[in-house]
Amino acid sequence: MSARRIFTAPARLAAIPPYVWMMLFFLVPFGFVLKISLSQTAIAQPPYLPVFGLSEGIAGLKASLAALSLDNFRLLVSDNLYLASYLRSVLVAVVSTLILLAVGYPIAYGMARLPRRWQGIAMMLVIVPFWTSFLIRIYAWINILQHDGLLNKVLLALHIVSTPVVWLSTDSAMYLGIVYSYLPFMILPLYATLAKQDPSLIEAAADLGVSRIDAFWLVTVPLSWRGVGAGALLCFIPIMGEFVIPDLLAGSNSLMIGQTLWLEFFTNKDWPVASATAIVLLGLLLIPLLVYDRLQRRQLEVR
Amino acid sequence: MAVHPLRLSRFNITSLVLGLAFLYLPIIILVIYSFNASRLVTVWGGWSTRWYTELFNDRAMLDAAWMSLCVGVVSATLATLLGTLAAIALTRGAGFRGRTMMSGMLYAPLVMPEVITGLSLLLLFVALDAGRGFVTVTIAHTTLTMCFVTVVVQSRLAGIDRSLEEAAMDLGRDPLRAFLAVTLPLIWPAIAAGWMLAFTLSLDDLVIASFTTGPGSATLPIRIYSEVRLGVKPEINAICTLIVGFIAVVIVMASLASKLSSTRGESAAPL
Repeated sequence: MSARRIFTAPARLAAIPPYVWMMLFFLVPFGFVLKISLSQTAIAQPPYLPVFGLSEGIAGLKASLAALSLDNFRLLVSDNLYLASYLRSVLVAVVSTLILLAVGYPIAYGMARLPRRWQGIAMMLVIVPFWTSFLIRIYAWINILQHDGLLNKVLLALHIVSTPVVWLSTDSAMYLGIVYSYLPFMILPLYATLAKQDPSLIEAAADLGVSRIDAFWLVTVPLSWRGVGAGALLCFIPIMGEFVIPDLLAGSNSLMIGQTLWLEFFTNKDWPVASATAIVLLGLLLIPLLVYDRLQRRQLEVR
Repeated sequence: MAVHPLRLSRFNITSLVLGLAFLYLPIIILVIYSFNASRLVTVWGGWSTRWYTELFNDRAMLDAAWMSLCVGVVSATLATLLGTLAAIALTRGAGFRGRTMMSGMLYAPLVMPEVITGLSLLLLFVALDAGRGFVTVTIAHTTLTMCFVTVVVQSRLAGIDRSLEEAAMDLGRDPLRAFLAVTLPLIWPAIAAGWMLAFTLSLDDLVIASFTTGPGSATLPIRIYSEVRLGVKPEINAICTLIVGFIAVVIVMASLASKLSSTRGESAAPL
């Protein structure tokens, strides 16, 4: 028996504490979300009915099962507010991901072309903002974008505009905040694939008389699809459920689904509807994940 | 050396410079304005530290900062323990039952919208009738950040030559001793980096903390958020600058830790 085989036994024991922890605090809570999404709203503490309990025996359990209903989900489908929120979230996530790709790709590409010893520093410089507080980075933009903020001052001084422009509470401010916050998530996976690309491929293309720009589109971009997919996923999914950025930077006339969920929960105290909203959002997020998984599998089969 | 077809083009350099400027300028401007003497955030009234003095007289803000530090230290420590164990299991415990399930549970929170994680944990705590406050926020942050620790430690573990462990075992060490004597010193920088990442993530979190905390125990981001909603204030610039400075120190420590390991002949930790 090789040493490698012996080693697996204690390593498996190591799995037990994190496994139990994640079951208890990650998986089980979803059961509660599902259960409460099927309950009725009530003016009570906690504000929902029915509360499952085994104290009343089988009959009680049957009664509470019978009381479960899909009413909350029906509400989500029938009320335009929720539909509009979901659609807006999808739209914002798609547009932001595209902008992030357009902004992040040249930066990641530039990083991959740096001399080796500079690449580590460049990567560090991209990661550092990810460590600084998310909230602070949004707040920094509020400073700049407000009515008498730095941006308007610069624009006025350069005579680009004659009156201060309203930046805050607009969609442009929100997109700016999203791109700013998620840029490291897009750059790092792109850089990881671009840095691994064999430079001799580009040299070969050059030898065959392909121009640098054509080589970029014909060789570099198609070979980096894995990084593009990973970066897009890493950005798209959390942006769909984003709350802080639209809340602080966008106007309040149309809400993203994260904001609607927050509103239902904290302001309307409608926990069942908030839970149903979360379940549907989770379902929507599975779609891009499954598509990515499918594409990756197909890639493996081709090999 | 011949002219390399892969030399940096002007386009490469421009995009790098613009990209980094975009990432850093807003924070630099924030730091500069925190030393502004004027109450109007945008009018420059000379250098001053008055907002820092006012900040240290703000009891609610200090309480929130203390709460955040405590939650950060406790949750990062728990998360590092659990995350390191998970990383060991995933890289060394080849194909145990439930491995797919486990990696799924560990990767999902990395991209899961925070509103969902926060809501689900809150519903659990309410169902358990747990009083909300320090303990519940700490549990919530541990759950989120241990996933990041797992990723950091796992990538380090995967890069280590396993023949070292095997050699130790061939020399008669049992697997646990071999791990402690050979592998643990090698992954130590990644564990330290994981702790610091977990700590800064906990210090940063607004959404999950809002769901899982109770009245009277606001964390720093919750406090800052409620102030920011009312508009820009110079005191907020000051507290944000302090947090940025604090995190900068943490990052320097993390990179020193990974330097320390690379001078021993291994590549630096990924974060």
